Amino acid sequence: MHGRPRKSATPVDENASALKAAKIRSLQTQFLQNHHNNIYTKEALELNAKLLEINPEFMTAWNYRKLAFEHNISSQSEVEKADSDHVKSIIDEELRVVENALRKNFKSYGAWDHRKWVVSKGNSSTERELKLLNLFQKQDTRNFHAWNYRRFIAGLKNISDEKELQFTTDMINDNFSNYSAWHNRSVLLTHLLEKKVEGYFPKEIFLTEEYEFVRNAVFTDPDDQSGWFYHLWLLDQTVKVDMPIMVSSWPPCGSDINLPIANKVTFPIVLYFNETVKGLNSHTVTVETESDVSKDITWSPLSTNKFGCGQAWVRHLSIPHEELNSSKTYEVKIRSEDSQGITSLSGVPCSQPWSFAFRVSVCHDLQPDEGKSFGRITFTDESFCTIDTSLKSIQLFKSYFEVTKSDDEHPTSSKWKLEMIASEIAQYQELLTWAECKIGKLTLARLLMAHDAMMSTGTSITHAEEVLELYSELMKLDPSHYQYYKNEHSLVLLKQMTSCIESLLKYCWQYKESNSLNITGSICLRLNSLSLSRIGSFERLLWVQSLDLSHNQLHSIEGLEALQLLSCLNLSHNKLASFTALEPLRFLKSLKVLNVSHNEIGAHTVDTRRYLCSSPMSHTLSYDPNFEEFANGDDAKLVNFWEAYSIFGGLNLMQLDIVGNVVVDERFVLFLFKLLPQLKWLDGEELH
Amino acid sequence: MTKNDMFTYLLGVDGDIKFYRMGQLAAEKHTKYILQIEKKKDDIESALTEHLRINGAYWGLTTLDILGNLKAVEQEAVISWVMSCQHESGGFGGNIGHDPHLLYTLSAIQILSLFNKTQILNIPKVSTYISTLQNKDGSFSGDKWGEIDTRFSYLAICSLSLLKSLDKINVEKAVEYIISCKNLDGGFGCTPGAESHSGQIFCCVGALAITGCLHYVDKDLLGWWLCERQVKSGGLNGRPEKLPDVCYSWWVLSSLIMIDRVDWIDKEKLVKFILECQDFENGGISDRPDDAVDVFHTYFGVAGLSLLEYPGLKAIDPAYALPVDVINRLFLK
Repeated sequence: MHGRPRKSATPVDENASALKAAKIRSLQTQFLQNHHNNIYTKEALELNAKLLEINPEFMTAWNYRKLAFEHNISSQSEVEKADSDHVKSIIDEELRVVENALRKNFKSYGAWDHRKWVVSKGNSSTERELKLLNLFQKQDTRNFHAWNYRRFIAGLKNISDEKELQFTTDMINDNFSNYSAWHNRSVLLTHLLEKKVEGYFPKEIFLTEEYEFVRNAVFTDPDDQSGWFYHLWLLDQTVKVDMPIMVSSWPPCGSDINLPIANKVTFPIVLYFNETVKGLNSHTVTVETESDVSKDITWSPLSTNKFGCGQAWVRHLSIPHEELNSSKTYEVKIRSEDSQGITSLSGVPCSQPWSFAFRVSVCHDLQPDEGKSFGRITFTDESFCTIDTSLKSIQLFKSYFEVTKSDDEHPTSSKWKLEMIASEIAQYQELLTWAECKIGKLTLARLLMAHDAMMSTGTSITHAEEVLELYSELMKLDPSHYQYYKNEHSLVLLKQMTSCIESLLKYCWQYKESNSLNITGSICLRLNSLSLSRIGSFERLLWVQSLDLSHNQLHSIEGLEALQLLSCLNLSHNKLASFTALEPLRFLKSLKVLNVSHNEIGAHTVDTRRYLCSSPMSHTLSYDPNFEEFANGDDAKLVNFWEAYSIFGGLNLMQLDIVGNVVVDERFVLFLFKLLPQLKWLDGEELH
Repeated sequence: MTKNDMFTYLLGVDGDIKFYRMGQLAAEKHTKYILQIEKKKDDIESALTEHLRINGAYWGLTTLDILGNLKAVEQEAVISWVMSCQHESGGFGGNIGHDPHLLYTLSAIQILSLFNKTQILNIPKVSTYISTLQNKDGSFSGDKWGEIDTRFSYLAICSLSLLKSLDKINVEKAVEYIISCKNLDGGFGCTPGAESHSGQIFCCVGALAITGCLHYVDKDLLGWWLCERQVKSGGLNGRPEKLPDVCYSWWVLSSLIMIDRVDWIDKEKLVKFILECQDFENGGISDRPDDAVDVFHTYFGVAGLSLLEYPGLKAIDPAYALPVDVINRLFLK
């Protein structure tokens, strides 16, 4: 029941209600009898029509009409068949019944669908349908059933997109607060653009006019949401890069990497794209090396889905022990052999070929001493000193930034886009001088970031400060959506921090002691205590081996799987609420040291990562029948360990901190010992 | 819920009593309300909802389970009544003698899942009924008459997954069709080109979640649209510039949870809105404060509170719309 006032019924009401109920039930019984006995007489149909007028949602009753319709058409006499008016009269009767039902309830799925079914049989007039639509679309301009039916009729009767576009213009001019009309406009313009209809292709032709059209709406009432979503779509149409691009890689182009010798030297090659792509394999992207370097069979996406797509892809190369020679340099060349074969999720190919090369050499220092005990690795300030900028590893990620710089010539940004965005920025800055409008501020922030993305020279972000200020204001202005603005704020902050080497170096610290360097690398990126609620900018961080994200407000680490070199990770004092939130760790095969202490694992009944994590519920992971036996028990609590089992089980952790989470109790600790036999340190205690 | 739980919940992190005055969940009243509507036959509402009685049973029973009171119903009687709604084709009708449809087939399977009794079904037969409704383009018809809608994609996918029979359909095509219904705002409509609607978004996001395909969802874009459904009163609406309604506490919230963006709304305000829609006298929850209650909104209100971690309620799974323990029992063994 919608919108019916609550009131206690009087005996008189109850009586009337009971009488009506009895009448409806009697109609229902008679109707079902007719239905089950295939009785399609005039009387039976009239009874059905009466019932539908009272309850248009009774699906079985509409089905009966369809059966009756088919029966009556197929059992026509020869004379009736010859008389075209006869069929028409049967159809007209159906349309009449539908119209009556819709007058009772214009949101009835069954009634609208019955009309579609009847009209599809032919013999209906376009005018009659449009007239009906005008009636219902005037009565309720947002009735999505009517809008759906309108799109259906337009398709059936070949009404042109331009004509329908004009209809949305008229509706919006009538009342701009009509989200349904704005929506249909985006659908129609997309069609026109796809069909390359004159006047709508290329898109810059219609975008200017559309920006102006929607501005009239949002300037009239900035608090009405309808136009703003449409404006966001226009912005997306303006800045969208129309194809996937490989934006970053590990190792970076032109770099020299130096690897310590172990049994064999294995290292990952990571390719990072601007969006999720599919189609990477040994044919589409080739790796050229000397013959003595062996390669994984192919590229693997760093994502949990089973459909072979991901934003980051990895492939491992290894140099066998007998080949290791510290005086030798191995050249590696990566090339997109068939860039058309790599596509976005919607099938757009990566049409620009690319290639890059780097050199690998091996060194004998930092060799791990098998006999030596593994000292605990800490992330306290005392463990670090200021960075020595002459360090080799800095040179390495410097070259990485220089590479990103050389990518300046953004293939897709062009003058018209920049001008369009600049003009929009000016418009909305003006709006904000007289209206305190939250979506206006948000739109301005988005416009500024879009402008920066197009201008980006890899050295700085011009508008970052202004955008950060806008998000701070929004958090105060619209506290209900505080966390949304906070997340956006965090992402912009990270973009700013990683925009150039100078700013990134402020967060890089050097390990004082060298005894664990073969695990940590010499540099730790410390993004701790920055009040970050979300992380991003991974394309700039592919080199990171040791990362401190402690004392932030993270409840997700989505995207971290791209950092394939990561061996030490500090996530303590965040808001991670479940093991499923640690899903990205599944892909971090080098991870040795992990701190997830003082989070909220086990503290919540709702798991917001449940469906973003591989699991049997989403058919992305099969249930491991060994689990029950392994966990040694059958009580209800056991199920809480499943995710820990499936995520930690594949890792080779040597040090783990997990204290300060609700889930941790004695039983869980015993479970961890069994799951991670190679563990040397747990919660600061050395294990023997 | 103990008094202590309630206080911790109300006090929140800042320690001030934020919404103590609004009252709390009248769980007992709602249980009574649900148990009595099952028996009521003599008013218009019961007569007008005969065609979706099996949906009503699912809403009522799931609410009872979340409230911890499923034992109050006669399990045998419910199950035998559900089975008598099955049609010879294998699908279920909304009531005895009604035509089968996916809308009712899912409810029947969900009810049987609640009682851990899906094994009494002839699973090959039911799953064949469902799989034959898939069309070439991957979409689903609701029944043999051919209406197509992404709601039916969800119903089919959820049903088959609960029966462990997803391999009976072309999942890839089914997903492809759902993606073709994605809109400018990141949301989804009934068919390609149709406007986004929160109920429809739940169906599409739910189907994508169950098939492990959430990577097709533009989570930030859709998340922002969904969180902007919260209006000043704290309630959620289903589309921009519409009135709030308790049922969207389910459609919007579950979608936000599946894509992990639920912290983008003010949960306390929403709890307050739902609690204000209760009928404290006779039990039940309505669409908006002071409107007439029904079992549909009672379910969505209670399920919404469960998604908001209201103390004392069983957790509900956002994709399958069944208690988490029921889903874990099915999939984690």
